[in-house]
Amino acid sequence: MKMVKCVVWDLDDTLWHGTLSAGDDLVLRDGVVDLVKTLDARGILQSVASKNNHDDAMRKLAELGLVEYFLYPQVNWNSKSSSVTAIREKLNIGIDTIMFVDDQPFERDEVAFAHPDVETVDSALLDALLSSPRLSPKVVTADASRRRLMYLEDQARHEAEVDYQGAADEFLRGLGMIFSISRAKDDDLLRLEELTERTNQLNSTGIQYSYEQLDQLRHSPDHDLWVCELTDRYGSYGKIGMALVEKQDDRWTINLLLMSCRTVSKGVGTVLLSFLLKQAADRGKRLFARFRRTDRNRQMLVTYQLANFRVVSEEGSDYLYENDLAFRQEYPEYIKVEIDA
Amino acid sequence: MRDEAVVNMADVTVTDAAANIRAYLRENMTAFKDVELHDEDNIFERGFFTSLFAMQLLHYVESTFDVEVPDDYIMLQNFSSVRRLADMVADLRRSAGE
Repeated sequence: MKMVKCVVWDLDDTLWHGTLSAGDDLVLRDGVVDLVKTLDARGILQSVASKNNHDDAMRKLAELGLVEYFLYPQVNWNSKSSSVTAIREKLNIGIDTIMFVDDQPFERDEVAFAHPDVETVDSALLDALLSSPRLSPKVVTADASRRRLMYLEDQARHEAEVDYQGAADEFLRGLGMIFSISRAKDDDLLRLEELTERTNQLNSTGIQYSYEQLDQLRHSPDHDLWVCELTDRYGSYGKIGMALVEKQDDRWTINLLLMSCRTVSKGVGTVLLSFLLKQAADRGKRLFARFRRTDRNRQMLVTYQLANFRVVSEEGSDYLYENDLAFRQEYPEYIKVEIDA
Repeated sequence: MRDEAVVNMADVTVTDAAANIRAYLRENMTAFKDVELHDEDNIFERGFFTSLFAMQLLHYVESTFDVEVPDDYIMLQNFSSVRRLADMVADLRRSAGE
């Protein structure tokens, strides 16, 4: 069961009763404000796919005090499946983590036909929504409850980036990014557990670790558990990455390396890897890394292989890499790296 | 004669590919903007190569030259210079054409 990362709402006769373009007197569905706010507090993102005049719908949502809850709302006359695609791309999340709510069977079927992995929900059944296990995370971390705000900050960044004429790395330079790497502490563990569950693209093995396992690893003398945080002038991205290194005599093995998909466009995965390379080289260790190839983690493969990790053995889609530590890339000048080892 | 013609064709492809890739790098990486960029220069030593930029470059190469770069071609050596990238493209095009 994949947890839902984003609920996509229809508006007419779903979020509210009545049809906006028909000039109806619109009344919010009973309890829907609580529903939206509860999902938000659980760290679940929300968006809109509605066939309406964009400006009218946005004005109405603002009037109702709900507009800030919806990221990248798609209000247009295109198919709802294409709106779902647009939202998926903007949020950079897996299609199978989206849930779509609409009162019309036609719209639900159209979305389900184009996206078989999207769960569709009839708005008549909204009362049961909050008890869906896919919408009930076991714990809500501090990062999760701020998730929507972090995406809003991302939106602001992105708009600035679109307006920016020039090389991508020049734009990154202007962000004033600070990337801090530290040993995982007690209060990081819930977030790390969540990261191992939620991260697919920039994930070296996809192996999930429970809170208890992480707590054990954190105290183990044979392991280093690193956590990364990224901030820039728009705000904090929160704890966005981790690495688990197993240490056996002269052999170090990176058992897990992952970066949240929100940071894909910042190129920070390379920074954490550079840090680990430097650590191993300074201590005269051999450095290995485990990797499990999936159909979604090509960027992680690229990150490793262009950092000069080479496959030394493979079993199916499980690779073991080694880095001979001959080539080392310094940190990029546009990211300030702070290390608390 | 025929063999020679084939070799020349391949050479043209490499040259074209190199010119394309050079232009792309200059446009997208500040470090290469207003300076000389030779086909043999080590691009990893001259500009910071994020995994993001590597992905963009990969997409660019795959869509421009209509090739798919398999996992085992993704290595520092093949990406280290304009020339190496162009050679890789020619190699992939050749094996796709076979």
